[in-house]
Amino acid sequence: MQKIIVCLKRVVDYNVRIRVKPDGSGVVTEGLKMSINPFDEIALEEALRLREKGQAQEVVAVSIGPEDVQQQLRTALAMGADRAILVQTSAELEPLAAARILHKIVLSEQPGLVLLGKQAIDDDCNQTGQMLAALWDRPQATFASKLELKGTVATVTREVDAGLEVIEVDLPAVVTSDLRLNEPRYVKLPEIMKAKKKTIDVVAIDSLGVDAAPVLRVTRYDTPPVRSKGGMVKTVDELVTALRDRGLLA
Amino acid sequence: MSRILIIGEHDGRQLNQSTARCVACAAAINSASIEIVVLGASSNDVASAAAALAGVTGVLTVRTAAGSPALAAVLAPQIAALAAGYDYVLAPSTTFGKDLLPRVAALLGVPQLSDVMSVLGPRTFQRPIYAGNALVTIEVPDGTKVVATVRGASFKPVGTGPVAPIRAVEVSASLPTHTRFVELRSGKADRPDLQTARLVVSGGRGVGSAENFALLYKFAEQIGAAVGASRAAVDAGFVPNDMQVGQTGKIIAPELYMAFGISGAIQHLTGIKDAGTIVAVNKDGEAPIFEIADIGLVGDLFEIIPEIEKRLR
Ligand SMILES: Cc1cc2nc3c(=O)[nH]c(=O)nc-3n(C[C@H](O)[C@H](O)[C@H](O)COP(=O)(O)OP(=O)(O)OC[C@H]3O[C@@H](n4cnc5c(N)ncnc54)[C@H](O)[C@@H]3O)c2cc1C
Ligand SMILES: Nc1ncnc2c1ncn2[C@@H]1O[C@H](COP(=O)(O)O)[C@@H](O)[C@H]1O
Repeated sequence: MQKIIVCLKRVVDYNVRIRVKPDGSGVVTEGLKMSINPFDEIALEEALRLREKGQAQEVVAVSIGPEDVQQQLRTALAMGADRAILVQTSAELEPLAAARILHKIVLSEQPGLVLLGKQAIDDDCNQTGQMLAALWDRPQATFASKLELKGTVATVTREVDAGLEVIEVDLPAVVTSDLRLNEPRYVKLPEIMKAKKKTIDVVAIDSLGVDAAPVLRVTRYDTPPVRSKGGMVKTVDELVTALRDRGLLA
Repeated sequence: MSRILIIGEHDGRQLNQSTARCVACAAAINSASIEIVVLGASSNDVASAAAALAGVTGVLTVRTAAGSPALAAVLAPQIAALAAGYDYVLAPSTTFGKDLLPRVAALLGVPQLSDVMSVLGPRTFQRPIYAGNALVTIEVPDGTKVVATVRGASFKPVGTGPVAPIRAVEVSASLPTHTRFVELRSGKADRPDLQTARLVVSGGRGVGSAENFALLYKFAEQIGAAVGASRAAVDAGFVPNDMQVGQTGKIIAPELYMAFGISGAIQHLTGIKDAGTIVAVNKDGEAPIFEIADIGLVGDLFEIIPEIEKRLR
C-alpha cells in the first residue's frame, strides 16, 4: 500500500478535568493542556507500525482546527508521520462537517487506508469515521483492537458489546481504533528535532468547497448533578447491614 | 404529527433490551407513531418481541441475507432508504448503534446526536460530553430529520402493551460486498448480562490476576450478580473486553454496583453514574472512588469478599 492517512484531533488532555462556565455558555478550555486525542495517537501508532513492517510507504497526519493544532501535528511528525496536513479553521465542526472535509482530503490523497480514533474525548461523538466511510462509499471497521493487512484485504478484530467480532474489508477502507489496538511510542528528543524539517501543508477550509456550517444548535451547557459522597463503614457487618436495609441483598 | 423509526437491535434470535430503552426515549417525544424496524432476523421471535413493547405502533421486517450478522455497511443503505418517511431515526447507543447510525446519518446528509440522555422537547435533547463532565442541550432545527443514538442507562426499558401489527417490507438499495463477517468470539459466560443486571460486582487492577477474578465470579454467583471490570483489568488480560465498564466500555445503571480494587478514574465513573447504590472496597482510603461511593469500606478485597460471603450464607 502506498499511503495511510491518520486523522488527529486536538483535544483537552484526558488528565484534565474540565469545568462548565458559570453562565452555561460553554466549557472552560483556555489555558488547559491540549493533546492529541488518545484514540488518534493509537491510530497513528498503528499506521507507523504498518509502515515499519513494509506494508505502507507513507503516513500522512491530517487535522482540522485552528493554527495551534500545528503543535499536535509536530508531535505526530516526531512520532514518525512523514508529513502533515492542517485544514485550518477556527470554527467548531460537527462530525459530519469534519467527515466532509476529510473526504475531500482523502479524494485528493488517494490513501489505501484511513485510520481515525473511535471517538474524540471532548465531544464523545463516535461518528466521524463511520460518516467518512459512508461519504467515501468504502468499508468501515470501527472499534478495532487488531488490524492485519494481506494484499487488498484487511482483517479487523472489533471490540463489540458481545465480545470480539472479526470482519474482513476490501481496501481502501476506514478503520477506527479502540484503546487496546496498541500502546503508542514515546517521542525521543532527536525525533523532535528531525520533525522540525518535515512539512505541514496548511489548507484553507474555504478552498475545499465544503458545507461545514453547523446544523444543530447548542443552547446551553450544564454541570452534571454530582453524586454526593456517601458514608464510610468500618466493618463488613456494617456493609452487609446497610445493603440489606436498602433491600439490595437478601 | 411526526413519525419515529427505531432500529431494533438483535442477535438474529432475540431482541436486545436496548431496543425497549429506545422506545422509552421515543415515548418522551410527542409523536404520532413509534415503529421498530427489524432487519435480517432469522427468527420471528424478534419481530414479535418488538411488536409487544408498550407504545410501539408498528413493526417492519426486512429480510436481508438472513442469518448473517448485522454489518453497518450493509444495513445503512437500507435504513437510509426506509428513513424517507420518518422524522426521527433512533438506535441504541450500543456498539451496534454507534457503528451503524453515523453511517446512516451521513447517507442522509444530516448530523447525528450521540447518547441522548434526556428529551427536553420534541426537538431538544441533552447529551453528555467530556466523559460526562458536562451536559449539552442541543436543538435540532425544524425540517431536519432527528437522527440519534439513545443512551440506554438513562431510560428504563418499557414493558409490554397491546401487540402492534407486523409487516414485511421490501427495500431497494444496492448492498455492498466489500465488508464480510468472519466470526464473533464471545466472552460470554452463564452469568447475568452486564447491561441488564440488577446487581454488578466489578474488579480492577487491584484484583491482580485472571486467577484472582475467580473470587469475584464466585461472589457474583452467590448473589446473582453480573461481573464487570475496569479498563486496567481488561488491559492486563484479567478479563475479556466485553466486561469493561466506563467511557469507552459499557455504561450501566444497576441497582447495586460493587467496585473492588478500582481507583475511580473519571473514565470509569462515567460508566456507573446512574447506578442506584455504589459500594467501593479499596485498601487505599484516599482512592477517588470513595468521593462518589454511597458506601465505602477501606480494606483488602481478598479478606473482605470472603467475609461478605460468609455473612450472606
Ligand atoms: C481515553 C481513555 C478512555 C478510558 N476509558 C476507560 C473505561 O471505559 N473504563 C475504565 O475503567 N477506564 C478507562 N480508562 C482508564 C482510566 O483512566 C484508569 O486508568 C482505569 O480506570 C484504572 O483502572 P483501575 O481503577 O482498575 O486501576 P488503578 O487506578 O491502578 O487502581 C487500582 C486500585 O486497586 C486498589 N487495590 C490494590 N490492591 C487492592 C486490594 N488487595 N484490595 C483492595 N484494593 C486494592 C488500589 O488502592 C487502587 O486504588 C480510560 C482512559 C483513557 C485515557
Ligand atoms: N477536527 C478533526 N481533525 C482531525 N480528525 C478529526 C477531527 N474531528 C474528529 N476527527 C477524527 O474522528 C475521530 C472521531 O471523532 P468524533 O466523531 O468527534 O468522536 C477522532 O478520533 C479523529 O480521529
